[in-house]
Amino acid sequence: MSGAEKIAVRVTEVAPLNELVTRFRFEPVSGGLLPTFSGGAHTVVEMRDGDITRLNPYSLMSDPFDRSAYTISVRRDDEGRGGSKFMHTNVSVGDEMVISNPVNLFSLDLRATKHLMIAGGIGITPFLAQIKQLDRAHGNWELHYACRSEALGSYVDYLTTTHPNDVNIYYDDQSQAIDLDTLLDGQPLGTHIYVCGPKGMIDWVRAKAAEIGWPREAVHYEEFLAPQPGKPFEVKLAVSNKVIQVGEQESLLEAIERAGVDAPYLCRGGACGQCETDVVQAEGEIIHRDHWLEDSEKAGDAKIMPCVSRFEGKVLVLDR
Amino acid sequence: MSKFEFPPSIKSRPVWGTLEPRAGKHHLMIADAAGAEAILGIATPELMAGTHIIYIPRGADHADALRAQNPAQFYEGPTYAASVSRIRRVLQDASMGLQVYLTGTEGLMGQAMHEAMQAGIPHTAIQTEHRGSVARRMQCVHCKGITEDVETDPFVCSHCGLNLFVRDHYSRRLAAYQGVCIDAEDPGNVPEPKGIYE
Ligand code: FES
Repeated sequence: MSGAEKIAVRVTEVAPLNELVTRFRFEPVSGGLLPTFSGGAHTVVEMRDGDITRLNPYSLMSDPFDRSAYTISVRRDDEGRGGSKFMHTNVSVGDEMVISNPVNLFSLDLRATKHLMIAGGIGITPFLAQIKQLDRAHGNWELHYACRSEALGSYVDYLTTTHPNDVNIYYDDQSQAIDLDTLLDGQPLGTHIYVCGPKGMIDWVRAKAAEIGWPREAVHYEEFLAPQPGKPFEVKLAVSNKVIQVGEQESLLEAIERAGVDAPYLCRGGACGQCETDVVQAEGEIIHRDHWLEDSEKAGDAKIMPCVSRFEGKVLVLDR
Repeated sequence: MSKFEFPPSIKSRPVWGTLEPRAGKHHLMIADAAGAEAILGIATPELMAGTHIIYIPRGADHADALRAQNPAQFYEGPTYAASVSRIRRVLQDASMGLQVYLTGTEGLMGQAMHEAMQAGIPHTAIQTEHRGSVARRMQCVHCKGITEDVETDPFVCSHCGLNLFVRDHYSRRLAAYQGVCIDAEDPGNVPEPKGIYE
């Protein structure tokens, strides 16, 4: 079976934080201890919704050294394919669920002399775990956190009371914005940037850092792409000799799994590279949505990331 | 001057690049001997306006040509050892966005790269270009002593006197290649020394 190892957990807390965000706490059904993780890791949560199984990644926000439970915060997305809505409406205390072992695609570079964190909205969650990790090691960090409004500022109170000197909050509705030019100018050598938030924010920070000469290796980012719905299409899986239909609301990876074909994955969000699959034949257009393939590879249409990317056209044959 | 093509080797052996001007407010260029030519190759008035050059001539006569480019700061050091405190000072005061360019001998580039890495610059973000002598900075794996500017293989350790075989095994931390005793089994049976790349 692909993906990280699975853990059976029980939901022990469902705590709505505000209109959009709810926190969930998972404890192992076995009663034992969970694996430790490092700040920035995520878990993939399995959601059984009738005969559909969704697997969505969520950043772990609890203390990485607390092995009694994991917590995640889920922002409801009414536009999406329903994973977050399922969590908000179908999950309650006492439910048993299956989650994956933690996987970290957004870890701290501990060689850094300073960690400069930039969060947008629900992108705050991995930083909550990273801050706990850094505090233990007396790490040098600073957080800049942009939220839509005070009412939607998840964990703002907690952060500003525990770390008044290291946390800076910006509210969009009060026209407060991160002054990136000033922030990036004059940071000591050895500073690393971590950014998690909407795509626009990630692109903005990466472009600015590159423009003023920050090494690529010192700029870390994480954006989980939720697979987008799209037109249904047909795919031939050459190795398993199957022809499958990808529905409007499911991803190519989900359709492959539904057909009983084991396909590799880790993040299911276009970031980790695990699901990379060779294209044997494509007559039509591959709609690349991942962050993994280089632009030249995307243009070449010889590879596809089935967790987020789709196809429109006549024939698609995959080496799977 | 044409550049020396190092033969392909094991993974441990550093691969040097070709300098190119990069975006950034501040630039630190460290060169010895013929490395000056690589700096002259990319120097423009705009680039030089933000550049601090640290140059160790080692007998070459490029200092005036470098000075004539009007770098923001120019320092000429008699040896690497005499320049290292200045290099550390510049790195200590620098901020993110500093671009580091190293050019000249492998010993110079390796040692300066170690300083830049210590200061927090990922080694993959440091530019290099080999120019001039292909002599190596060698560490004797037996006595740990460093012998600079080794041109032949085998060579005699300048500290313990063992006959050492020149390996491509490189230590980024020491900025040196490893030299291993060549006649341990059969003392005195030492092949005729020849140039490292002969
Ligand atoms: S599963 Fe990570 S990129 Fe597709």
